[in-house]
Amino acid sequence: MRLQAENVACSRGGREIFAGLSFSVHDGEALMVTGRNGAGKSSLLRTIVGLVRLTEGEIRLEGGRAEASVAEQSHFVGHDDAIKPALSVRENLVFWTRYLGGAADVIAALEAVELAPLAALPAAYLSAGQKRRLSLARLVAIKRPLWLLDEPTTALDSVAQQRFSVLMQAHLRDGGLIVAAAHGPAGLEKPRELRLGPP
Amino acid sequence: MKSFAALLMRDVRLAVRVGGGALMGAMFFLIVVVMTPFAVGPNLRLLGLIGPAILWLGGELATLLALDRLFATDHEDGSLDLIRTGEIPLELAVAAKAVAHWLTTCLPLVVISPLLGLMLNVEARALGWVALTLLAGTPALTFIGLVGAALAVALRRGGLLLAILVLPLTIPVLIFGVAAANAAIAGPAPFGPPFTILCALSLASVVLGPVAAAAALRYAME
Repeated sequence: MRLQAENVACSRGGREIFAGLSFSVHDGEALMVTGRNGAGKSSLLRTIVGLVRLTEGEIRLEGGRAEASVAEQSHFVGHDDAIKPALSVRENLVFWTRYLGGAADVIAALEAVELAPLAALPAAYLSAGQKRRLSLARLVAIKRPLWLLDEPTTALDSVAQQRFSVLMQAHLRDGGLIVAAAHGPAGLEKPRELRLGPP
Repeated sequence: MKSFAALLMRDVRLAVRVGGGALMGAMFFLIVVVMTPFAVGPNLRLLGLIGPAILWLGGELATLLALDRLFATDHEDGSLDLIRTGEIPLELAVAAKAVAHWLTTCLPLVVISPLLGLMLNVEARALGWVALTLLAGTPALTFIGLVGAALAVALRRGGLLLAILVLPLTIPVLIFGVAAANAAIAGPAPFGPPFTILCALSLASVVLGPVAAAAALRYAME
């Protein structure tokens, strides 16, 4: 499986954010997108998943399910956690697993992010870090090959970062792909780096 | 289909939880109808004449009341991004949210409308017919309003814009809804033709609304 971007360009609000960008990510490989604030890291992730239209070029996922779009084979973790405060921790995760594709062991996924004891708690009472962990539990519960992570470790403490790093390594060993926007190493071992914007 | 049901169930659940919008529309409807006799005076004949119109206007405003937050909350907390990575097209996801809105906002309205009709001196034998016109017409209101809700998704004060955009488009629904209700009460015009057109408006909106709303959302989220 291979994520292939060819000569990709993107403009938002009439301003060109990046242009002539080409890269590829193979299975088992992580690509870290770096750059200053506003360099277009988030925009690049959003173009890959199809939330923002490309002005030029093409992005495709080769070797996946032929009939499925890149979005349907990706997990997108943005700045917001997509959690409803009125629902319990468990209900939040159950909804996303059902919506994103099928049966999943929700409790096991909650255990992977150390939230199983809080399963019945309304999500309104979670801290920022716990909300982020609940959001990441989605990645464990539903198998999708491409993970698009926009600064995934924000708000996580060092223990949680460590655990998430283990989850990412396991995903890569299973032949998954990761594209992460980050300022630090983000818990990835020797990722390839794609630098956006002026050096 | 599973994704559709999951989204529908989640929205229904959110609406009936604390802070959700279910029954808010029905309460608003109740207040509008209860206040009308105070405004026009205790003339029973006059109330009976304008009764169906008040029921329909109240129903229409109540439907719009909860609509402006339909996509805005999902947009703000990032859910809308994830909804777009689902395995169903955005058009279907949008339709699921609309159905949930109709079930939690419009259906209670339809259910209490016979009771409120009594307060407005609508003839007892026509109460069921008036409720039937609301049942047939409110899907059109929801699915037309859906387009406005999608356009207003990125705006802070979307509610006002929504009303300005959507209310003019719902005038045909209002005309045929009130016409059918009046025909049921007073005659002599038959109930069938306006009611059939009302149903047609609803069916057309159910088909076209999600397509237009999904297009508006894609544009608004760029």
